[in-house]
Amino acid sequence: MAKSIDVSDLHIYYGDFLAVEGVNLTVKSRSVTAFIGPSGCGKSTMLRSLNRMHEVIPGARVEGKIVVDGQSLYDPSVDPVAVRRQIGMVFQRPNPFPTMSIYDNVLAGSRLNARRLKRSEADAIVESSLRRANLWSEVKDRLGRPGMGLSGGQQQRLCIARAIAVEPEVLLMDEPCSALDPISTSAIEDLIHELKTEYTIVIVTHNMQQAARVSDDTAFFNLKAAGQPGRLVEFNPTRKMFSTPDEPSTEAYISGRFG
Amino acid sequence: MTTTASSERTERRLEVRPSRRGDRAFARLVGAAALTILFTLVAVFVFLAVQGWAGMTSGSATYAPFTSFVGYIWPLIVSTLLASAIALVVAVPFSVGVALFISHYAPRPFAAALAYVIDLLAAVPSVVFGLWGGRYLATYLQPAHMWLHDHLGFLPIFGEPSPNGRSLFTAGIVLAIMIMPIMTAISREVFMQTPRLHEEAALALGATRWEMVRYAVLPHARSGMVSGMMLGLGRALGETMAVAMVLATTPTVTLDVIGTASPATIAANIALNYKEATPERQSLLIATGLVLFVVTFLVNFAARWVAGRSARRLGS
Repeated sequence: MAKSIDVSDLHIYYGDFLAVEGVNLTVKSRSVTAFIGPSGCGKSTMLRSLNRMHEVIPGARVEGKIVVDGQSLYDPSVDPVAVRRQIGMVFQRPNPFPTMSIYDNVLAGSRLNARRLKRSEADAIVESSLRRANLWSEVKDRLGRPGMGLSGGQQQRLCIARAIAVEPEVLLMDEPCSALDPISTSAIEDLIHELKTEYTIVIVTHNMQQAARVSDDTAFFNLKAAGQPGRLVEFNPTRKMFSTPDEPSTEAYISGRFG
Repeated sequence: MTTTASSERTERRLEVRPSRRGDRAFARLVGAAALTILFTLVAVFVFLAVQGWAGMTSGSATYAPFTSFVGYIWPLIVSTLLASAIALVVAVPFSVGVALFISHYAPRPFAAALAYVIDLLAAVPSVVFGLWGGRYLATYLQPAHMWLHDHLGFLPIFGEPSPNGRSLFTAGIVLAIMIMPIMTAISREVFMQTPRLHEEAALALGATRWEMVRYAVLPHARSGMVSGMMLGLGRALGETMAVAMVLATTPTVTLDVIGTASPATIAANIALNYKEATPERQSLLIATGLVLFVVTFLVNFAARWVAGRSARRLGS
């Protein structure tokens, strides 16, 4: 199920503006890869280009190659809708569909696949997704209530349940804990640990401790200089990154001397 | 010494209130605006009730060719509701479609131009629509009358077709064109305000554009769309000239919307008879105005209730 991602020579644009320049990296399957770096350095942009969400913004485009399990994502024959069904995404702010119940939120993706779900199948998907998202015990008695009625941390786990309900191959998380309190954050980090046995996970985070806690590999992005495009400074196993990084600027950032 | 001085200073600062005069004046101003609207509405209602009372209770000769107020007003109400219903049935899908096209499908510059042209349509006076509808559009809609009669003639509303196309059906179509701009404009505004977060939630699950619209845009826009429809419906119910000029009105009782003989709508009836009215007929017309006022209210409440029901069912 889980797949690796090869990024080679990737340039990401907003119209004529080059936001991220020349990225090469490989995301290993069944592992957690963290993107860290100061604000505006292109980590989220990079993440969004991995499931072709970047091009949703008018004028946004990508040059270069991203290959998932031998399939080039930006090949003209590839449908971005199909890509997004295989590569799920969790956003910075929890975004359950406000008019849908918890139950319907979890099933939103499965129903998109236009397959008619039997009631028993639907129930099974909802239960297993919510269980995997560590939310089942908290919501099992109120599945018909609106998803917006949950706390922020529960909403975010609901969004994770919604993303994994369609059995994606890769899960992208864009600062999934930045709007949450420490307890919810810890619940989500535990969840990430459990999910990596099944999924390839890429997470963008501003929290260095979080990157150190949850990830196997870390990519450090930074701007070349003010007004210049962002670029990948260093990509290494997390343990090495946080002890003996190759680049002095990585060490400066991680130890808090800038950024 | 120094501590007492500084604490005194703090106390003094808390005691001196910043001037709130501007704040209060503004609150009064907006409050007055709101009250004025309410007062106007009540004043209109009182005028209609007081002046129209005589019209509901005068001698049976006043209601010729009918004999009672109910007999007189009933066909007018039916016509009013039928014409508005036709207008809504045609205009709602159309305006929602156009609004979606502008907000989520069309390329930017084209969308802006299209939005502008549709807003211009709202500026065309209703007399002009009436002229165009009666003289021109009716002729072209005549085949549609034949078709409706041939294929859906088993429905009582599609009886004997009008030979010249001037019917309640044509009037309804003209009304639809007239209410479309406001409904499109409002729908477009609420569609464009859909939170990006929800649109992206749908897209990231692998939604196509239409699925994204269904998951994120329409649920977000529902109450705004209903408001737009209410405004359109209000205009359709009260629209006068377009109906008066398209329809050759006959005081009869019929459900047939494509025939030559249809009663006028309430508003058109007032406009057509106002000049030649005797004092009794005058108050009769005012009484019909009161009925239109009440009908508009009822229809609005009913529509709000229907629209709110599904939202309430989910609860919160």
